[in-house]
Formats: sequence, structure tokens, C-alpha cells
Amino acid sequence: MQTNIILAGVGGQGILSIAAVIDHAALQSGLIIRQTEVHGMSQRGGSVQSHLRISNREIYSDLIAEGTANLILSVEPHEALRYLPYLAPEGRVITSTNPFINIENYPAMDDILSELHRTNRPVLVNAAELALEAGHARTSNMVMLGAAAPYIDIAVEQLESAIEELFHIKGGDIVAINIKAFRKGQKLSQTQETEK
Amino acid sequence: MGKKLLLGAEAIALGALDAGISGVYAYPGTPSTEITEYIQKNNADRETPVRSSWSANEKTAYEAAFGMSYAGKRSLVCMKHVGLNVAADAFINSAITGVNGGLVIAVADDPSMHSSQNEQDSRVYGKFAMVPVLEPSSQQDLYNATIEAFDLSESVQLPVLLRLTTRLAHSRAGVNRTTARIQNTLNAVYAPERFVLIPHHARQQYNLLLSIQKKLEILSEQSWLNRLIPGLGRNGVIAFGIAFNYVMETRQAFNLNFPVLQIGQYPLPRKLIATFFESCDTVLIAEEGYPVYEELLRGYLENGKVKGRLDGTLPRAGELNADIIAKGLGIEQKKVRQIPDIVVNRPPALCKGCGHRDLYEALNSVMGSFTEHHVFSDIGCYTLGALEPFNAIHTCIDMGASITMAKGAADAGLRPAVAVIGDSTFTHSGMTGLLDAINDRSPLTVIIADNDTTAMTGGQQSSATGSKLVEICRGLGVEEHHIRKIVPLKSQLEINMTVLRDEIIYDGVSVVIAQRECIETATRKKRNLAART
Ligand SMILES: Cc1ncc(C[n+]2csc(CCOP(=O)(O)OP(=O)(O)O)c2C)c(N)n1
Repeated sequence: MQTNIILAGVGGQGILSIAAVIDHAALQSGLIIRQTEVHGMSQRGGSVQSHLRISNREIYSDLIAEGTANLILSVEPHEALRYLPYLAPEGRVITSTNPFINIENYPAMDDILSELHRTNRPVLVNAAELALEAGHARTSNMVMLGAAAPYIDIAVEQLESAIEELFHIKGGDIVAINIKAFRKGQKLSQTQETEK
Repeated sequence: MGKKLLLGAEAIALGALDAGISGVYAYPGTPSTEITEYIQKNNADRETPVRSSWSANEKTAYEAAFGMSYAGKRSLVCMKHVGLNVAADAFINSAITGVNGGLVIAVADDPSMHSSQNEQDSRVYGKFAMVPVLEPSSQQDLYNATIEAFDLSESVQLPVLLRLTTRLAHSRAGVNRTTARIQNTLNAVYAPERFVLIPHHARQQYNLLLSIQKKLEILSEQSWLNRLIPGLGRNGVIAFGIAFNYVMETRQAFNLNFPVLQIGQYPLPRKLIATFFESCDTVLIAEEGYPVYEELLRGYLENGKVKGRLDGTLPRAGELNADIIAKGLGIEQKKVRQIPDIVVNRPPALCKGCGHRDLYEALNSVMGSFTEHHVFSDIGCYTLGALEPFNAIHTCIDMGASITMAKGAADAGLRPAVAVIGDSTFTHSGMTGLLDAINDRSPLTVIIADNDTTAMTGGQQSSATGSKLVEICRGLGVEEHHIRKIVPLKSQLEINMTVLRDEIIYDGVSVVIAQRECIETATRKKRNLAART
């Protein structure tokens, strides 16, 4: 088993918390992990990505090769498109549909959506809405992680306990709303999957 | 003990802690910053804490680490590749004297320039200084190699350069820990014949350095960092550092079994290389960085066997990856999706609410009234003022160059001559330039963008901010009433413009300090406070 995930977003949107949860859960599951991060200049509102690879055998490269990503998990719809060359033929795009507009020439949302629909059964998530339902706008990462969970070879319980691990210092309430957000995302992508 | 999930940078930090360092010395710089930060965060519960706060620049860091080594203790010094340009004088000469306690210099290169002005290859410096260089390819190997680097440093009495590149520094993997060693005891030695580099001593020490090169080569022959992965066929690959990962990834993905020679310790293991060359008809040289060893192995007159960055088999510049290696090996390229045409760049930008924005707004309004409106600037978040919508600065070369370039331009007759520099950059290497300007009475205005932190690299403690900056400028000889303070806020625009205009028109050395805390660190502080209460 080997899963290659491209995590995408804009600096400051918190894709590294998603990575941290998956990493931790994978480690607990005895898997081998490689996960790259972007630090430095691009973090200032620029495009950021993380290559996350988990496997049960040795992983050599920290970077994912083109055409081999099983998932592109993006917290921003325009950013999801930037990494399409990495997507495997049967790979899936799971993205939030909430645009983060900090540039003047941000493309038209309709164009973004139609490009997304050209990929293999994309999972499109209104993460902001689900996060608010869960209890806090800042949980939209966990909504997105939940939406990706059915496509990651790690037990849901492991992922949830990793969320707990990550947020427990911030208190029980924060853990609870993040788990709630995670489950909302998970439910949404399961529903979308059965509808298709 | 279970595996710990660590960035490559953190693996070095943990390795150094477990090797029993007594101090880490560093100036921040992507992608090396996390080494020191990890030690700072994991230091409190140690029996004997490790000295770990930030230095003013890479040279002061290196020399302090060297002093700790002189006193018999182990020290680590970290920097990004261009930092070694700043520390080079100390580094090169410390190879002549040699060290006492283990001294390891971890240098993080940034091929493809993700966060840098160039992609210089620190292995060249290692060769230049004639010291051992280690270049492990995985996080686990980094951890193990760091520990060994200290032993190696003490056994050959030389500083050891540990080279890594962005991808390894900023990639996480599980790392197994070995047992921690206790710190060295204080053991300073009187050895002026080594440490006083007057020519007479220096010649002897240099000869000593030359004479142990053979020994360093033998150590490389025996090192686990240099090893053969046997295979079939006569087309081999020599894979240096992290390039090994991409080569092995390709080998695994396409079920190939060509022979690979992994290189992770220098000087090159001559015998290993010679034997490998003997067994191959062609050898692809995969190096992350400059084609340093490709050039050597190719020979000036070409031996016909070598492929790599110099003949176009691999791109001449930029970081490698498995796709590039596969292409270099002649593997047919699979068809992949294209990036849709509608996708546009999203470059980094100054944060919303950042004081640098208000500073540039005021400065642009003032400079607009001059025909010559050059602004010499420097490296930091404020460099983003070079981009839209500000287009406010016109140079950024190396840390400190804003003041000195403005001075030179002023000496040439350029009026006005304006420099914009951050607080951390000012103490890194701006102060001496300001002294030059004062001594020479070069008319210029230095604007210090003081956001109370080293923001670009993530908000590290800055060596001097606030009133300390005023004192420094006064101490250097700037006239009291030409050291002005402004607060870069929208509401202060008019008054800030007046101050800037007055000082820019003034025909002497003036300093305007724009003081307002970085919005990132301020928000973080607020959030942490809220979490605690
Ligand atoms: C010789 C060298 N060392 C380190 C760096 C990395 N670096 C770039 S900008 C910067 C910090 C700048 O801080 P400051 O001047 O306070 O400006 P700010 O980012 O806070 O606006 C650092 C450490 C570098 N580019 N060159």
C-alpha cells in the first residue's frame, strides 16, 4: 500500500495541521511517512503545498512524482488546479469550494469549477459552511480532512485520535468541535460518493 | 522509545542534543531555522541546558561556536547557504587552526531558490576549507550522521560541514533515537602555535591540514554514508546526497536495477569511485546543487563516460526530483495532466495590516516628488515592497547592502540616497555600513523598518529593536536630531511623510526608525494569551 497526497492551499490557511494529523495517525498505524512543508517566504500569503506520502514499504523520495498522486487535498479551489500534473490517472481531487482571494486576477469561479469537474469525480466541499455548523470557522481544515478520510488508508479512529492529540492542549471543547467538523466532512464525501 | 516524527532540520537538532552539545549558535535563514528552534523548544527540561539564543549574524555565530569548541565543549552552528558567505572567513581559518571540542556546521542550501537570492552549493566551501563534508539523504541518516559528525570532528580535530538542502530540511519522517551522550567538560588548551595564526604558525598548520587529506579520504572510503547498491548492466549512477532518493525512487518505480553508488561523505572516496567507474560504460552524476563533482569526474578533457548537468542530461540549474532523474535515464515520459490555463500565480505578499505597507505608502508619496527616486533596500519581509502595488524599492542584494550601496551612490553624487533595512538586518550587517557613512559624511537617509522581530523567517528574537536601535545610531555618530521615530500607521501618514521628506532632503546622515510590531507576532501573542486565560 502506498498513498501519495498533495496538500494545497495558501500560506496561513493551515494545511500543516491536516498534515500533522495524517502523519500522527500514520505513525500510530506503523506506517512509513515522508511529508514536505513550505517554510519561509511563500508562507506570506503565497501558494503553499505539502507532499505527503505514506506507505508500508520504504519511501525514498520526499517529493511525489508527476502523475502519481492518489489525492489532491486542497483547502482552496484555485490552488487545487495548480497541482494537477501530479494527479494519477485515477486520482481524486478533494477541495474546498471557498475561494481565498488575495490577488487581483483571481480567475472566475465558474471556470475553476468547470476545470475541477474535468477531473475524475471531484469531491467539492463548502468547508466554510460545515465548519461554522461544527462550531468554528477555523475548523474548515478538519472538514477537509474528514472529506478526504474515506480515500486515505488509515482507520478513522486513528485519525480522530490524532485530532485529539493535536488539539488537546487547547482544551476539550476545541477537540470536540474539530472532531465534529471532521465527521461533517466525512459524511459529506460519503454522501457525494454514493450519489455518483 | 518510539519513532519521532521530525523534519530533517529537527533530526539534526536532536542528533546534536544527543551528541552532547553545550551550545548552538545561529542566525535564522530558511531552510536552516528549524534546527535552532527545535533546540530552543526542547531545552528546558535538560539537566544541563544548551546555550541556544540567536546570534547577530552568521559570523558572530560561527566564531562563538568556535570559541566553545576551543574551551573543549561541543558546539553546533547553523545557517543557510548565503550565511556561510558571511561566516566564511572564520570557517576557512578554523580549518587551519583545527578545533578542540567537536564543531559541526550545519548549512542548508536552497536549490531552486525557494526562499533565497541564489542556489550556491556549500560543498564548494567544504572543499575550499578542506574539511570533511557529510551529506546524508534521509532524516534518520541526518540524525545518525550528526552524532557521528561530532565524533569525527574530535578525532580529526577539524570542523565538519553537514550539508543539507531544502527538501530534506523541510520534510518529515519517523526517526529512531539512540542514547544521549553527556556534555564534554571544560577543557580549554593553551596552544598558541595552533590558534595564533601568524604566518609562521599558519604555514605549519596549513601543512598539517594538507597532510591529513589522505586520511580524510580513507575515512570516506570506510564511511557508511558512501556505499554501493549493486545492480546489473554497465550504465551506473553516482548519487550524491538527496539525489540518492530520487534515483532510488525511479529505480523502484520502474523496476530497474542499474548499479548505484551513493555518496554522502567527502572528500570523495577515490577507490570506491574508481572501481565503480571501471565497471561502467556510462555514469550519470546526480548532484543536488552545482555540478561540483561532475566537473571533476568528467575531467577537463572529458573521459566520455560522464553524463549529468553539464551535458544537458539533467538541467543545469534547480533542484532535482524523480521525474528529472527518470528523464535523464531515458525513461519514456508518461503523459500527465496540464495545469489549466486559467491558473495564475499567487506570489507572497505583505500581510494585511503590516506596518511595512504603511511605511511604503508614505515613502512612495515622498519619493514621487524627486526625479531620482532610487531606494536601496535589503532582505526581509520588507523586500516584498519591490512587488505590486508598491514597487517601492529598487535593490536587494545581500544582508546589509542597502546602507552601503546608498552610501556609494551618494558618494557618486546621487541625491537623494535612501536605504530601507529591517531591524534584524541592521544589526546583522547594517551598523558597520552606517559607521562608514558617518565617517565619510555621505549624505543618506537610512530607514529602519523596526517590527520588533525577524519576521521573514518566522518571528525570531531580533538582536536590537526599539530604543536600543536609537542608542546604536547615536553611538555610531548619527546626530541626535536626525534620528527620528515614526509609527507606520495609516492615521500617521501625513506626519510620517513630513518626517521622511525632511530627513531625505537633509544633506547629511539621517536615520528614520519606523516602529510598529509585526502583525503576525502580535496576533500570535494575543492568541497564546487567550489560550492561556
Ligand atoms: C546572510 C543571510 N542570512 C540570513 C538570511 C535569511 N533572512 C532573510 S531576511 C531575514 C530576516 C530579516 O529580518 P528583519 O530585517 O528584521 O526584517 P523583517 O523580515 O522582520 O521585516 C533573514 C534572517 C539571508 N537572506 N542572508
